[in-house]
Amino acid sequence: MNAAKPAPASAPTTAGAPTITPETVASHGFKGDEYPRLLKILGREPSLTELGIFSVMWSEHCSYKSSRVWLKTLPTTGAQVIHGPGENAGVVDLGDGDCAVFKMESHNHPSYIEPYQGAATGVGGIMRDVFTMGARPVANLNALRFGDPSHPKTRHLVSGVVSGIGGYGNCVGVPTVGGETNFDAGYNNNILVNAMCVGLAKTDKIFTSAARGVGLPVVYVGSKTGRDGIHGATMASAEFDDKSDEKRPTVQVGDPFTEKLLIEACLELMATDAISSIQDMGAAGLTSSTAEMADKGGVGIDLDLDHVPQRESGMTAYEMMLSESQERMLMILKPGREPEAEAIFRKWGLDFAVIGITTDTGRMIVKHKGVIEADLPVPVLANSAPMYERPWVPTVPPKAILPEWVPAPNTLLGTLKSMLAHPQLCSRRWIWEQYDHMVMGDTVIRPGGDAAVVRIHGTKKGLAVTCDVTPRYVTADPVMGTKQAVVETWRNLIAVGADPLAITDNMNFANPERPEVMGQFVGSVKGMSEACRVLDYPVVSGNVSLYNETNGVGIPPTPAIGGVGLIPDTAYMATIALTRPGDLLVLVGREQGWLGQSLYQQIVAEKLEGAPPPVDLADELKAGRLVRGLIREGKVSAVHDVSDGGLLVAISEMALAGGEHGSGLGVELFPYEGKLPPHAIWFGEDQGRYVLAVTPKDAEEVIERARLLALPARIVGRAGGDRLVLKGEAFLPLDELRTAHESWLPGYMGEGPA
Amino acid sequence: MIRASVIVFPGSNCDRDVKVALERVTGSPVSMVWHGDATVPASDLIVLPGGFSYGDYLRCGAMAAHSPIMKDVIAKANAGTPVLGICNGFQILCESGLLPGVLMRNASLRFICRDVWLKVEATDTFFTRRYAKGQLVRISIAHAEGNYFADAETLARIEGEGRVAFRYSDAKGVVSPDTCPNGAQNNIAGIVSANRRVLGMMPHPERLFEDALGGIDGRKVFESAVESLAAA
Repeated sequence: MNAAKPAPASAPTTAGAPTITPETVASHGFKGDEYPRLLKILGREPSLTELGIFSVMWSEHCSYKSSRVWLKTLPTTGAQVIHGPGENAGVVDLGDGDCAVFKMESHNHPSYIEPYQGAATGVGGIMRDVFTMGARPVANLNALRFGDPSHPKTRHLVSGVVSGIGGYGNCVGVPTVGGETNFDAGYNNNILVNAMCVGLAKTDKIFTSAARGVGLPVVYVGSKTGRDGIHGATMASAEFDDKSDEKRPTVQVGDPFTEKLLIEACLELMATDAISSIQDMGAAGLTSSTAEMADKGGVGIDLDLDHVPQRESGMTAYEMMLSESQERMLMILKPGREPEAEAIFRKWGLDFAVIGITTDTGRMIVKHKGVIEADLPVPVLANSAPMYERPWVPTVPPKAILPEWVPAPNTLLGTLKSMLAHPQLCSRRWIWEQYDHMVMGDTVIRPGGDAAVVRIHGTKKGLAVTCDVTPRYVTADPVMGTKQAVVETWRNLIAVGADPLAITDNMNFANPERPEVMGQFVGSVKGMSEACRVLDYPVVSGNVSLYNETNGVGIPPTPAIGGVGLIPDTAYMATIALTRPGDLLVLVGREQGWLGQSLYQQIVAEKLEGAPPPVDLADELKAGRLVRGLIREGKVSAVHDVSDGGLLVAISEMALAGGEHGSGLGVELFPYEGKLPPHAIWFGEDQGRYVLAVTPKDAEEVIERARLLALPARIVGRAGGDRLVLKGEAFLPLDELRTAHESWLPGYMGEGPA
Repeated sequence: MIRASVIVFPGSNCDRDVKVALERVTGSPVSMVWHGDATVPASDLIVLPGGFSYGDYLRCGAMAAHSPIMKDVIAKANAGTPVLGICNGFQILCESGLLPGVLMRNASLRFICRDVWLKVEATDTFFTRRYAKGQLVRISIAHAEGNYFADAETLARIEGEGRVAFRYSDAKGVVSPDTCPNGAQNNIAGIVSANRRVLGMMPHPERLFEDALGGIDGRKVFESAVESLAAA
């Protein structure tokens, strides 16, 4: 099998197989001069199987052909980085031989077509990316965007996506500890489901995918291959139209039970040294995994599809190579290690089959029933996808507006109540209570705050995780909006007391062939680069999802950012919950009363105008270091970063989460006596701010330490009682506020508050 | 030295969690026993952990109840070995006939993960003696099928024999349909066998056994076992 072969002069086609027509080419997603390019590269016409293989390898989803030139400009290195982009997931150092392995990935297109399975397999896929590298998944997060609540499909999509995420993650037994959810008409026909997984590994036991060595067995483990998900990657690389429902058969079906067994079996085998390299079969299944492993290792692979475990009879080579059946992995074993590996997989009731061998031919040769169905040079297959420098026009950000231009409300507390009851700001409890967020017994900060924290099992260290983006800011100004998204995750990690380490990004955009969309993407990358560089918070993994567009209408640009940080000692953390009556609330950070693109403007004035709040990275660093230092000195009893909805929303979230077992702890708010309009102070979304709860004695020290850093700080309230009190207004009982905050989502989903 | 065994089914996912809690409370190493084994090693107590044994296929716990190891678990339970079934473990105990009744889909049809209040009812059992009767405790639930149901005669019997260990309540101790998270009959969260040595409960005591996790109300389940063994 190892003998070098000359390139076949003609395509390896089975007698009677369909010939390649222009329609076949178009239906495989080839555009413009892509097919002529393929003919030129191959020097002949491809077989149908080969055409299918190239169609997925050249899809936007697999090749990043529109985005790669820009992604290369992102900062991806740092002392903390062990593996940046290029492997299945990024890896950062946690000290003591521990490392975190993480990535976020989209499952947008499938989730719109079939929400339960689309979301479930999104979770399954991202967990495989993580345990493929030798890490045990320890935390899942998700960033969800749905259409307007009044859109007829929204309720169905929310229900399906949430139960799909829960159905998968709960069964596998990995806690889903964080996430975010938005509703916006811009996602009416293209929802976004971005799943993030974080795993823990030992730094000296990281597995990679490069197939090193010749004559080694290529082993298939996991579920059997079926016809589900064929062309999933191609589907995910195209816009939707009115016939999108017909794409349902391209959505994969997940089985979390098998995933759980696969995790345990893989980790058990990984504890030995039998594995040479390993790769999950994700998008483009067997095709992509074999091509990547062979290319990275500089070898060839001969595959015999007769040995592939099959769920259905009569599957063709084309179908097997393109299937996206879930819960499958490909491994290259060290010589002679098959028996012990097979014993482990059999013990867990999983399929185990040697389906090929590594060769020195540099070719991927696919045989089925004795016929060569594909014979392709690996480097060409893996690296020949077109790279586009698509034309782009920068987004022109709107001019800043003055706070005085946005009308004041009748009452501040009444407005607060209606804002907290609004779909944009209401409690997401209905969602995260459907996710097991405590399994594995290490969740020490649960969902609902700034970041969740899971302990590094058996140690006092903690891993802080969060994800965030504010699409309305990015729409107005992709550069500043993306900078803000990066910074907000950084602040969320700081606010629990963590050292922010690195991010994963999930770039969700519309059709990149439109220059204004490409301009959003380019602006977003630029903003991300700047923030990551200044904060020493590099991008270690990511995913790009383009063509989120239906009938020519695209989504708001949505670069979701997932951040990971390290807490050296979980005895020194902070949560948003106010716990000590009598504590003073100190606001740290600069105030301009920024109402442009704010939720106040959207909910109360029913407009979104002006520039989004600017981010000052130097101020962020100063404020972040101060806050983290205070947490570690044990000086604060609660911390919350100020984001959506502004200061008053942040304080009320701290109040609602406070008290014994979250029963609430009230706040007396101190009237603002400066020059800006009060509603801009209470609802403005100025960046770089935190609210800290400290004893009256420590409040003076906090303000003084901020002053030495040239950061403004002032006392904005005092914890106590069971209501929000503001001079000149009727008080607002926390129970009343809680009911308003908790009611909308359960009510909308038709189940009443539970 | 306390010999505790945790049964590991394919799809168990709280096996490690309960092992950690047991080891911390008993100070003794815990044996992890594979579902395909024929016998449980000599044990002072056996735990059926939470999770999704066999992927919840057929019915929750139904397939696990027929796994090879369960023959021996049933035999040992009938001979007096204490058995604790948590969440999926409770479902397995019901499916294997060690406890009466069945756990149906939650009334809301949703998976629910949150801390709930429980009122301790029976304290004359192997796993609850360290609680006070009527005590209110806060323990986490995480399940989609915790809606306890038994026919009228069975329900009357277990109530009459004082075999309800825990009922769902609110923070004030009110036990009513409004304070039941899953629709369970009589707010039943946990029951014991006639010999009071087999406890099945939907809430996860191993999730709130240390302050770092948000509370210690679950710890007494394990402390009760230690005390019961010491008293024996």
